[in-house]
Amino acid sequence: MSSPDQLIIFDNVSKFYGEILGVNRINLQVAPGITSLVGPNGAGKSTLMNLMTGLLRPTRGSITLLGIPTDQPEQLFRKVGYCTQFDSFPRGVTGREFINSFLIVHGYDRKRANELSQVALERVNLVEAADRKVAAYSKGMRQRIRLAQSIAHEPAVLILDEPLNGLDPMVRAETIALFRRLADEGLHLIISSHILHEVDMMSDRVVLLNNGYIVAEGNIHGVRDEMEEHPMQILIRCDQPAKLASYVFEQNHVVEARLHDDRRGLFVKTRDADRFYLMLNRAVAEGEVSVETVAPVDDDLSAVYQYLIGPSGASA
Amino acid sequence: MSAVAETIPARSNEWALWFRQIGAIFRLEIEKNFLSRRSILIYLIALLPLFPLSIFALVTPPGREWQDLNHYNMLYAILYNGLILRTVVFFGCAWIFMNLFRGEIVDRSLHYYFLSAVRREVLVVGKYFSGLVTSMILFTGTAVIAMLLLFLPHIYSQSVRFFTAGPGLSHLLTYAGITMLACVGYGAFFLVVGLFVRNPIIPAVLLYFWEWLNFLLPPVLKKVSVIHYLNSLVPVPISEGPFAVVAEPTPAWIAIPSMLGVTILVLILAAYRIRHLEIRYGSD
Repeated sequence: MSSPDQLIIFDNVSKFYGEILGVNRINLQVAPGITSLVGPNGAGKSTLMNLMTGLLRPTRGSITLLGIPTDQPEQLFRKVGYCTQFDSFPRGVTGREFINSFLIVHGYDRKRANELSQVALERVNLVEAADRKVAAYSKGMRQRIRLAQSIAHEPAVLILDEPLNGLDPMVRAETIALFRRLADEGLHLIISSHILHEVDMMSDRVVLLNNGYIVAEGNIHGVRDEMEEHPMQILIRCDQPAKLASYVFEQNHVVEARLHDDRRGLFVKTRDADRFYLMLNRAVAEGEVSVETVAPVDDDLSAVYQYLIGPSGASA
Repeated sequence: MSAVAETIPARSNEWALWFRQIGAIFRLEIEKNFLSRRSILIYLIALLPLFPLSIFALVTPPGREWQDLNHYNMLYAILYNGLILRTVVFFGCAWIFMNLFRGEIVDRSLHYYFLSAVRREVLVVGKYFSGLVTSMILFTGTAVIAMLLLFLPHIYSQSVRFFTAGPGLSHLLTYAGITMLACVGYGAFFLVVGLFVRNPIIPAVLLYFWEWLNFLLPPVLKKVSVIHYLNSLVPVPISEGPFAVVAEPTPAWIAIPSMLGVTILVLILAAYRIRHLEIRYGSD
């Protein structure tokens, strides 16, 4: 069990914009590692991030990051970096000046600020363009310079609102690898994204949001296991799918079995995947069928998203 | 991973950190105040009295009064009160100080400050000082150059004696001091307006008329204005016309501390406001 000064804690947090709901009754504890916020536009992802960083104040409830309340920026941002979605910059600055100037505002001396800027620029592969005006940067470069600015002071918590937007595939892969490295160093990374397969690939945990409410949270496979109203789909490639079908129909946890179009596999829907796998092992051991591969079909974020939120807003 | 603790002082050295942060914010803002595209308007406002005075410097009008030092003294007092103080300093401060926060909200860049490890009160102080220094340099410069441009070209030898052996230098320094005090007072007001009001033009115009109508107000209401205290300090008082309600000028030892006191209160209000300010650019 982690102590409060190692966690990000939302305690019954609500945010209303006048009559309009931002998020409601959020209770959440975030441990180190990569936690992704997923949900359609307007679900409350950015609101949650802005609340976490004090850019917004909760209407009700309280938030602490590593034990620090969000209304103490002077303490909070010694440990927190936030890369927002706002694609705007102070006028006339170069990339290096942009990072440097806010490090100096943090309280670093010029020499240390220069060193930290250089490290941050190297981490996002932007050293060559560092002395050019930000106004001349491409969208992807602007995204990366904002990322560099948010990590330059070496925070313990990094909050990233759609950080992969505008990046080309190569840079996306590099950036995801950077996130993974930072998480392995023990950082909290809170990331929002629409790109479900990337979230699936990099996240330790997901928080699914819809209409301002958390609809599910935790390890994606754990979330999937708990969705009893949506039986797990498994595809078994084997030599005798019809025989296997008759075998699995005897199990009361199996709700559906359907032959694959090529008749060399069987789709099974089961309410208890563990019992199904035990049954399958037994069938193989008894020589009933010869199994080539077994793969869950809907044990990923896309499927969970479809089941819990629906097709709107998802992009796989 | 964090190396912040190594380089940012502990709580016991908070004051040192705050001063360093105020200095950093001040440098960033002063650069913006003087060199950004927005500053073009400030330069134009500051040069407003200097254009006609430069042209006037080329030709001395005929007539005995134009050889009389007292005439220039009165002329400058009117020019200072009507154009420099009530227009140049007023609108210049409005533009500089309202843009300190409102400008960044419009540019969507205020959040970078809010996401730095800096107390928001420190941010207010850093920005306010940057606005103060900018306005003081520009508008005190305007007041001083305007005076020299008015006096020297027409009655050179009298003017040299006036500034070196007479009360001229004292007048010049007093006008400069009043200009600085005006920047302090108007600056604080407009800083707060920029934080509270989405469209600061309306309160600026309201205050402008309030200041202009000051001569008609009863003595008690006169004191609820900046211009009353500033007028109390001018070395050459001017007539406010036949309809003016006459009130005793406030002595300098009351006027100056009062202005500074109100300014501090207004800055505390600004600090409170900024502490609770949310970043919601969409709604701004």
